[in-house]
Amino acid sequence: MAGIELQGLVKRYGKTQVVHGIDLTIEDGEFVVFVGPSGCGKSTTLRMIAGLEEIDGGTITIADRPVNRLEPKERNIAMVFQNYAIYPHMSVAENIGFGLYTAKLDKAEKRRRIEETARILGLEPLLERKPSALSGGQRQRVAIGRAMVRDPAAFLFDEPLSNLDAQLRAQMRLEIKRLHQRLGRTIVFVTHDQVEAMTLADRIVVMRDGRILQVGAPMELYEKPADVFTARFIGSPTMNILPAKTSTADGKAKLELAGNTIALPPRPTALPAEVLVGVRPQELRVLAPGETADLVLTGKVAVVEPLGSETFVHVEHGDGLILASAPAKAPPFVGHDVRLGAGIDALRLFDAATERAL
Amino acid sequence: MSAASPMALRIEPGRIIAWLLLFGGGLLMVTPLAFMFATSLKDSSEIYDLAFFPAHPTLSNYVTVLSDGRFLRWFANSFGIAVAVTLSNVFFDSLVGYTLAKFQFRGRYLVFIAILSTLMIPTEMLVIPWYVMAKNFGWLDSYWGIMFPGMMTAFGTFLMKQFFETVPNDFLEAARIDGLNEFAIFWRIALPLVTPALSALAIFTFLSNWTAFIWPLIVTTSKELYTLPVGLTSFAVESQVQWELIMTGAALATLPTLTVFLLLQRYIVRGVVLAGLKG
Repeated sequence: MAGIELQGLVKRYGKTQVVHGIDLTIEDGEFVVFVGPSGCGKSTTLRMIAGLEEIDGGTITIADRPVNRLEPKERNIAMVFQNYAIYPHMSVAENIGFGLYTAKLDKAEKRRRIEETARILGLEPLLERKPSALSGGQRQRVAIGRAMVRDPAAFLFDEPLSNLDAQLRAQMRLEIKRLHQRLGRTIVFVTHDQVEAMTLADRIVVMRDGRILQVGAPMELYEKPADVFTARFIGSPTMNILPAKTSTADGKAKLELAGNTIALPPRPTALPAEVLVGVRPQELRVLAPGETADLVLTGKVAVVEPLGSETFVHVEHGDGLILASAPAKAPPFVGHDVRLGAGIDALRLFDAATERAL
Repeated sequence: MSAASPMALRIEPGRIIAWLLLFGGGLLMVTPLAFMFATSLKDSSEIYDLAFFPAHPTLSNYVTVLSDGRFLRWFANSFGIAVAVTLSNVFFDSLVGYTLAKFQFRGRYLVFIAILSTLMIPTEMLVIPWYVMAKNFGWLDSYWGIMFPGMMTAFGTFLMKQFFETVPNDFLEAARIDGLNEFAIFWRIALPLVTPALSALAIFTFLSNWTAFIWPLIVTTSKELYTLPVGLTSFAVESQVQWELIMTGAALATLPTLTVFLLLQRYIVRGVVLAGLKG
């Protein structure tokens, strides 16, 4: 079993603690994505798993073996770096073969494994080229090849697609996903891009300020975010968050938001008086004349963003803007007053004080 | 059918001035060198008429100098010492520069400042301590005595540290994960990534040791240990200033320098530019 287990993982730089006792179990063969904003501790955690950072507290277990005191090379992991880290003075074949530096294999076997890896990654015609003669995507494939050739217990990816353009990023995303399906190895992938996280992960780990906020399958995080941060971080465009009040009459809870009074389904616990209501732009639609919904908001159109398949509309509401969707072929015009509507199922409630989901 | 565009034909006045200045500077540099080569082809009777071109060019001076065993010995001494010191600098300056650039340890900055501060001490001030040291260790009048002060230099360490700092840590960490030990990471990964700096350091070290004069003069007494510059000076004294022979020796002495420059001028220029940028 090549699972990875983190128990009470702590990292400090001087007096500043940057990772605050993380607990996480990654199953064998699982694709786990660490996602969060810059400085949230995701890369530091990955580097601790790799053995590139000292651990100040807690335990890391890889394949049922505590690795805290083991050197990176002794952990049987492979890592792909953001800037590829392929050696510019070596050919593609030498770069891939470098992953076998410590492997006690004869030359013929090394060559066979290099060629096999190159074949899987479509690098066969490029084996004798130097990295300077490769495109960004090809370089990233070489970096993946160097990791693959060793047949490690787990792959660690540290923002490997950040340096690629949007089209290439989408292509490499697909390739990494197919590679995971083919090899079935454990993958820990760090990114700040929630689209990468959603599309690649079996499970996403959302991090902030050195803590794990939520762990779950992509759709679980999308549908049931644990707090406002996760709700806003996962999903594109960002979820609208609106302040609201609750009241209880005759034992039934009601939500008061921008002139709407919405009856809420029964809940096991009482709601706080002040809440935040989250509604995704895809679920807040521009209403046709006469159409109604559980929640109706009004405002003036400030910006229209046509994306082809759909159109997003920024609408002035209160002191800020809210984002809604409109039909691609009949978007409203800038400056026009519009009504926006969402069903009660689209509303997520958060405690205004703690920002935790209710 | 294509005609040169008017743009290509127009030469700016500033450019002409720059060319003239460069030409003047070049002439100033090249004339003594050319005069040295011209004199080496003159007969002794022509030395003092100061004509640039020899009336009767002859290679007899070269035959005389090269058939004198001492010249070849001094040439070999200089070459051997310059190569040994260069290799030592390339290895040790890089090793120390790499350590200072890539490892975090207590006192790292202090060590760097200490090394750097030695750059501010002129060679003339160091000669006496070196001499005392060489005397106490019994290194006077030996090859090692000539070489030891230059086996590592603050300049080289500084230059290499600056370059190693530009090497992304990801390369080193990738190598660490690939299973290399720290020395192998330095030798197989980091060092090849700073080849331009290494070439520049090698060239500068070789040239400065090839032309070194004061210290080899002070530390050696046996003529067979002389380096070429020291030997040529003694040649001048012994031969009662036979300029044609001195110029021939000097001309021969510039050959390695010229060869190194012609072969590696790309690296020298790049080294100077990069040293300026990174320094």
